[in-house]
Amino acid sequence: MEIYPLGDSALILRLPGKGDPGPRMLTRVMDLLAKLKKARIPGVIEFVPAFASVAIFFDPSRIGSWAGLTSAVRAAAKSRRAARLSPPRKGAIELPVCYDPEFGLDLEEIARRAKVSVAQVVALHTGRTYRVHCLGFTPGFPYLSGLPKKLKTPRRANPRAEVPAGSVAIGGSQAGIYPLRSPGGWNVIGRTPVRLFDLMREPPALLRIGDQVRFRAIDRHEFETLLAASK
Amino acid sequence: MKATILRAGPSDSIQDFGRTGYRALGVSSGGALDSFAAAVTNVLAGNPVDAAVIEITLGNFRLRCSDDRLVAWSGGDFAVRCGGERLAAGHAGALAAGEEIEFARANHGCRAWLALSGGIDLPLLLGSRSTDLRAGFGGMDGRALRNDDAVALGETTPAVRARWRSIRQGGASALSPPNEWVQTAASFPTLRIVRGADWEMFTATARRAFFGQPYVVTPAADRMGIRLEGPPLRRKGKGDLLSEAVAPGAIQVPPNGQPILLLGDCQTIGGYPKIAHVITVDLPRAAQLRPGDEVRFVETSLDDAQALLTQRALDFDLFRVGLELLAK
Repeated sequence: MEIYPLGDSALILRLPGKGDPGPRMLTRVMDLLAKLKKARIPGVIEFVPAFASVAIFFDPSRIGSWAGLTSAVRAAAKSRRAARLSPPRKGAIELPVCYDPEFGLDLEEIARRAKVSVAQVVALHTGRTYRVHCLGFTPGFPYLSGLPKKLKTPRRANPRAEVPAGSVAIGGSQAGIYPLRSPGGWNVIGRTPVRLFDLMREPPALLRIGDQVRFRAIDRHEFETLLAASK
Repeated sequence: MKATILRAGPSDSIQDFGRTGYRALGVSSGGALDSFAAAVTNVLAGNPVDAAVIEITLGNFRLRCSDDRLVAWSGGDFAVRCGGERLAAGHAGALAAGEEIEFARANHGCRAWLALSGGIDLPLLLGSRSTDLRAGFGGMDGRALRNDDAVALGETTPAVRARWRSIRQGGASALSPPNEWVQTAASFPTLRIVRGADWEMFTATARRAFFGQPYVVTPAADRMGIRLEGPPLRRKGKGDLLSEAVAPGAIQVPPNGQPILLLGDCQTIGGYPKIAHVITVDLPRAAQLRPGDEVRFVETSLDDAQALLTQRALDFDLFRVGLELLAK
């Protein structure tokens, strides 16, 4: 584990590892996050977990010293006492996705690259259980591991100025969902009517780190029905 | 009990200290790009430090209040008139009902923060009144201010009203903040940095160039960040990095080698290598950069950066308490 300053008011702990982070790395990140939270280190404000790291934001005037903070962080990370985030959800969260060509802007391109039919892309995409590694980019945007190798697709050379809310997408070896309309460079294959980020909800993000996610193919009619119900 | 926006630019918005505790959900911290300026103007206007203020970008802004309000502003080099009289940065002005406060176009710098006594009274969303322009929520319906917007203002206190009358009768404050707190635009801006986590990934040439020559602010500059143009910063190796947390002040380098300086509305997670971070006490100067400006970077130590920030917080507390004592 290495600690780097992220400016003067945050630091980042990077976990060593090679290749695409999978479930094992996710478990290590969640374990580290739980131990750091449990330690209640003075001056610490919030944590940002990512694929193989946890960032700690702090108030420099309340940490005592940088050396003191980093030794407290190291001690917390090495602690052998078990710590766990709030209990994991049972089973996978199922997200309905409409793979209509109007929504799946890059579906044909992905099928062509993978040398399979569009129907096979949908079958591959819905045939796996994904894991949420972190939320970021925009509020509630989940970065998911578990994408079948065949669907790996590099990000678009020219990002779109606007990707519609609910777009289900592929970026490299990761899957993701755009909760809000935003610019974006990932390949869009469908759309979910489910609201992934809602300010009227507590917490506002539907998904959280460690969650399991499955996609279920729905037709246009069901999409419209579910969308109307979610408003 | 409202302020009417008579003229707004394309990216003026309501901001406070931004959002804390929601980064892990992907919500930007946001808030006034110079939150220290917002705090200073707030105490001058008799507000709590973290009241919501108006962030004005490049000037050409006019506003009128429906009742009497103390006003104060700070930031770049703007000519400001309050009820027809010149109002310098870092001084409280007494704006009467129906009078206007007007910001001309910025001479230097980019942004100003305008506090009105009582503060902007909008609902808290995720603990803040800040406008998140990228995600489209908070502040005024999640958008920039427009002409004819009416913004609700909070109650003023008897102490504030007494202070308003005293200024109106020609009384001036004996206590004004240091100039460097309230006039933050520099003719030749230099920003102090600490090394980023990926500093060692860059070539020796890149590391020398980063400090050796100025970088020009391109027109791709907004509340999320500033794209800079200058000597390209090359990495020793290739390959993607795993996305991880970023923070305002981070200087990221995409594959084209041209650095991006992140500001308050930056995303929470990024995948580009981080060569350096602008220290927090220099973020006010970063918020004043506008297209065409040349900026230089110099290195400082983490200890110094943190000591400067702690000292500034102490100095600010002294100033705030001093103002409160004078008001009694």
